[in-house]
Amino acid sequence: MNATWSRFNITSIVLGFAFLYLPIVLLIVFSFNESKLVTVWGGFSTKWYVSLFHNQGLMDATWVTARVGVISATVATVLGTLAAITLTRYTRFKGRVLFSGMVFAPLVMPEVITGLSLLLLFVAVGLDRGFFTVTLAHITFTMCFVAVVVQSRLVSFDRSLEEAAMDLGAPPVKTFFQITLPVIMPAIISGWMLAFTLSLDDLVIASFTSGPGATTLPMKIYSQVRLGVTPEINAACTILIAVVAVGVIIASIANKRREVQRQRDEQAAQRG
Amino acid sequence: MKSLGSIRRDFAPWNDPNAKPYIQFDKVTKKFGDFTAVNNLSLTIFEREFFALLGASGCGKSTLLRMLAGFEEPTAGRILLDGQDLRGIPPYKRPVNMMFQSYALFPHMTVEKNIAFGLKQEGMPAADIEKRVAEMLRLVKLEQFAKRKPHQLSGGQRQRVALARSVAKRPKVLLLDEPLGALDKKLREETQFELMDLQQELGLTFVVVTHDQEEAMTMADRIAIMDKGEVMQVATPAEIYEAPTSRFVAHFVGNVNMFEGKVAERAANTTRITGATGAQIVVENAADTAMGADIVFAIRPEKIRVSSKKPADAVNALEGEVYDVAYLGDMTVFHIKLDDGQMVRASAMNASRVTEDPLTWNDRAWVSFRPDAGVVLTR
Repeated sequence: MNATWSRFNITSIVLGFAFLYLPIVLLIVFSFNESKLVTVWGGFSTKWYVSLFHNQGLMDATWVTARVGVISATVATVLGTLAAITLTRYTRFKGRVLFSGMVFAPLVMPEVITGLSLLLLFVAVGLDRGFFTVTLAHITFTMCFVAVVVQSRLVSFDRSLEEAAMDLGAPPVKTFFQITLPVIMPAIISGWMLAFTLSLDDLVIASFTSGPGATTLPMKIYSQVRLGVTPEINAACTILIAVVAVGVIIASIANKRREVQRQRDEQAAQRG
Repeated sequence: MKSLGSIRRDFAPWNDPNAKPYIQFDKVTKKFGDFTAVNNLSLTIFEREFFALLGASGCGKSTLLRMLAGFEEPTAGRILLDGQDLRGIPPYKRPVNMMFQSYALFPHMTVEKNIAFGLKQEGMPAADIEKRVAEMLRLVKLEQFAKRKPHQLSGGQRQRVALARSVAKRPKVLLLDEPLGALDKKLREETQFELMDLQQELGLTFVVVTHDQEEAMTMADRIAIMDKGEVMQVATPAEIYEAPTSRFVAHFVGNVNMFEGKVAERAANTTRITGATGAQIVVENAADTAMGADIVFAIRPEKIRVSSKKPADAVNALEGEVYDVAYLGDMTVFHIKLDDGQMVRASAMNASRVTEDPLTWNDRAWVSFRPDAGVVLTR
């Protein structure tokens, strides 16, 4: 390849990456700041990380967020997968277009509206706001994302696999659990991860539907920032970034490895 | 022990009025909405027969197979297997197995597990499953690939796994949907013979769907030619080729020349036909046609002789000009434009290396054939 690194190319790359990553780099750098003042560098220190783990409020919020995330992602994955299966398989039932539109509407619905309407519902049925309502709300809005991911996999699913299983004597339920589910499992797992991530960083809907004792991490961070950004928050965010980055890196390495293995297998198969 | 060839030669239950039919389609109709895929079709298949359903795509042959497997229910009519009405029996309870066109191998299971899948559903003891799987792997010569996943196999190997999996349960009937469609030509030809041997070895009834006439001719005991949801003719490959009963079948299988005309004169066992332009030909086997009826004389290219001079002894000889010559090595195909405008295709075996009288483009030529070299068709 004969790529010339013209001045224009270099400038656009530097500007582009700076635009994307400068805020994050700044946040990470200042999380190691000795000084309590966020914008003044006072030397390197990890003391904010230590104090972070002694901040009971933040730790509680993290625990709430993790529990809400796991529970809502799991329930949303089950419901979303069922919706995806219904929408791809039973294409001839009445009102299918309406139903599929309704499943996917929350994708584009402004969060404020979702949050507000859920709040109104919970108030109307007299449900006390707290851990349960936040989890319910997160199930509602993450379910459609799972449905989209799983549906896109199901569309390309070879139905003759299921027919073959039935032909060989497996009743429909057994066929589903032994053939369909294992084959679409990667899509279900990525649907779960997507739902978990969405739940993890949701602020708007959680603010509407949460109550006392069920403050999620984004809510906690947001409320603390309103009282002034402390390096402690920077440290919390840095840990979050690290967790996400590690997750992404592991996922892409695993993906790459699978791809390489697959190519090697195919070449081996070609040779016979 | 009898050789396979002699078993095949003697095998003709369709000529035996006392033979018990094994699979029976009884006035079966299948509609998808307004579209009629199979139309009032009746068909009988015998035990241990290698039966081929041949037709263009959309002729209903796959629908027929899927109804036998239980993936579709007939809109009307009955399907009987060994005397039992199959209506309402789900695919997983039918004693038939199918080999899918896409092979449909389970991608998350090894070759072994794929083959064992059906046996496990039966509740066969693990030791027996292991034995049967080993036997199947030996049968399709894939012993060293037992632990591989489908994506680690070549196309031909996948085809064998699919085959092994579908015969592992020893079904009463094996259904094969375009079993060789995804293989290249050479592999396909080899596999055709392997399939025939396998069928004889296991003593199973095979019903194969194909659009490849050569494949059907090579493998099948009998062929059903299908068109628009109906069976046009059911017969042995030789009968289909030499004695088609309709223009459709004559056209569909192999190449054919059609001489159209009216019955002009009838003798003891010959009939004179006059073509639209006045050309006269004499044919046999047209006893049941009326004077003046419109009929067609269909004749295969290899049964027509091409020569530069009019053969002295020929009953039927028509003059024309060589329009095209295609030298194929083992034979040469001539396209002769007759003086009345009709194009005739004739093929000649190149039995000797040198031809004394080579015909070439624009030469005057005569085509001649015997009165019994073709068949008379009325529909």
